[in-house]
Amino acid sequence: MIPFIVFFVCALLAVAGAIMLIVAWEPIHSALSLVLVMMALAVLYLLLGAEFIAAVQIIVYAGAVMVLFVFVIMLLNAGTEERTNWSKFAKIAGLPLAFFLLLAIAHFLSRTAIGSNIANGPGAVSNAGVSTRALSMALFQQYLFPFEATSILILIALLGALILARKDE
Amino acid sequence: MSVIPISYYLVLSAILFGLGMVGVVFKRNIITIFMSIELMLNAVNLAFVAFARAHNQLDGLVFVFFVIVVAAAEAAVGLAIVIMITQNRQSLNVERVNLLKF
Amino acid sequence: MDFINQHPVLVVSLVKIAVLLFVVMTGLAYLTWFERKVVAHIQSRWGPYFVGAHGLLQPLADGLKFLFKEDMTPPASDKLVYILAPFLALALALTAIALIPFGPPSVRVLGQPVFVVANLDIGLLFLFAVTSMGVYGVALAGWSSNSKYPLLGGLRSSAQMVSYEVSLTLSVVGVLLIAGTLNFNDIISGQSGYYLGFIPRWHVIPQIIGFLCYITAAIAETNRIPFDLPEAETELVAGFHTEYSSFKFAMFFMAEYANMITVSCLATILFFGGWLSPFPDSWTWQLYLPGAGLILLGIYCAYDTVVSMRGIAKIQFAVVTMLCLGGGAISLIPQVAPIIQGPFWFTTKVIFFLFFYVWTRGTLPRFRYDQLMNFGWKLLLPVSLANLVITAFVLILPSAARHG
Repeated sequence: MIPFIVFFVCALLAVAGAIMLIVAWEPIHSALSLVLVMMALAVLYLLLGAEFIAAVQIIVYAGAVMVLFVFVIMLLNAGTEERTNWSKFAKIAGLPLAFFLLLAIAHFLSRTAIGSNIANGPGAVSNAGVSTRALSMALFQQYLFPFEATSILILIALLGALILARKDE
Repeated sequence: MSVIPISYYLVLSAILFGLGMVGVVFKRNIITIFMSIELMLNAVNLAFVAFARAHNQLDGLVFVFFVIVVAAAEAAVGLAIVIMITQNRQSLNVERVNLLKF
Repeated sequence: MDFINQHPVLVVSLVKIAVLLFVVMTGLAYLTWFERKVVAHIQSRWGPYFVGAHGLLQPLADGLKFLFKEDMTPPASDKLVYILAPFLALALALTAIALIPFGPPSVRVLGQPVFVVANLDIGLLFLFAVTSMGVYGVALAGWSSNSKYPLLGGLRSSAQMVSYEVSLTLSVVGVLLIAGTLNFNDIISGQSGYYLGFIPRWHVIPQIIGFLCYITAAIAETNRIPFDLPEAETELVAGFHTEYSSFKFAMFFMAEYANMITVSCLATILFFGGWLSPFPDSWTWQLYLPGAGLILLGIYCAYDTVVSMRGIAKIQFAVVTMLCLGGGAISLIPQVAPIIQGPFWFTTKVIFFLFFYVWTRGTLPRFRYDQLMNFGWKLLLPVSLANLVITAFVLILPSAARHG
């Protein structure tokens, strides 16, 4: 019973945060609602037994990436978003379309075999968590090459950000 | 011990992904659009973790790890670009960024 | 009684949380007293002296003052975020303390360990997750005040905390490599044993560089002098909390001190053996050290009461004397003494680190902003990285040599 309550509370929070992200006119309110979504998702990861991913989600996403966003919003002093003609058009035409798309995705996902069969099979979500040790073993043995490739990607991103944001002399 | 069906997570993931896409389409503020993209990545991560759980395999979790790392790199570069654009255009509105060269 | 037997985890956890909250809140209040007293003596002053004997009731008076002051909200501020920020700061700071083990897990009531609220397998990772969220309190406070100085303070602080968090995390990884676990209790247990029979096998000895990096980054993370640029009063009025008054200001204040306590606890756990005693087990007289210390303190207080206290202060200090002597007597009971050991050593080490904090505050001047950034990125980060690489190399060397 308790997992269900936790799931629905977190799901509600996540969806509410996502809606707030779209509805809010102040960028910083959007950023805060996104943090809310990320926290809710972290709890869901815990519920799924992925402790390590939950912690990384909070440290990297909520603690670093979003702080960077908030920092840039404060630095640029980004105020209320401009309302333009196009945003009115998007509201009229886009809203029904987006709703339709959501329904379609949800419909197909809930109909797939994964939804009905595996959930009650041997691999169903139960209480045993994935050990962080096993995850790190997989990361550093099976996936060593992608891991190293990612580190080079980060290095390139670091240099790119540095060159982009540098003031011309 | 009651068990939450995987499909619940997938539906939630789909809803979040859709909302993220709505944000990208609707919002006119370049930073908010960027945040909507992050929301979509998060939704995908949730689906990955749920699948990893359903199949009792670690690959999904490793994938999520990589997605998070790439998203962090993306945020660094993306925000640098945002700062550049704002310095040149004095506006965060994407509709003002309609020239290939300035 | 049935309820307690059916839900031991729930009941014990709630009691632990209540007790911990009380202890930490009192500790926070007296930490301000301690800091003012020590800084005052460093600067040849007396510090708080008039409210209670030796100013011992000063924290209470300050708390009451904060409660009854007018709570002002700037009209141009973003109301929701403005109110959210102090709550966020304090709640996150207090959450982190729930993960700290104050004593050995072997002491149990109803099958639950007494000295830790939440003993997680990924304890350290979770602690970093909670503390990394702490930036929001400061950044949002600075933004939502809608005023220039707080905004500058918030900007500086988020840049500073993000920069130093990297070094903080990297400096700890060396310890993790040696310990091979993220669980606090296991990290502490791994530090038992002695070099040459009497030097404790704490991580600070192989990881001395890591420790120095950690303590420097930790001072920067908690926004303390010499890294207190977010609230540098000569430049930014009061930094991010300029527009806060009354109890919201007090919440920022408490959050800062709670963060100090957390960081000191972490230094104790990771580098100084947590609740382990610095003396070998064979020295059995150490069992009576806490009691003896308290009784000595009590005797000094009694002397002070009789010789130098006047009027109402005499009665107040007599109460303090009674508390010290009573506590000492209880600690000397043979059944109680072993239980007290863990928390006693833990608290002693934490108080030492807190004293170190206050000491730096009394001694060092403030960095300039560019110096701060240069120091963080160009010195601290490379040094902690080098420490990590060298540690990993030394640890891998034996097995590499074996495999040829």
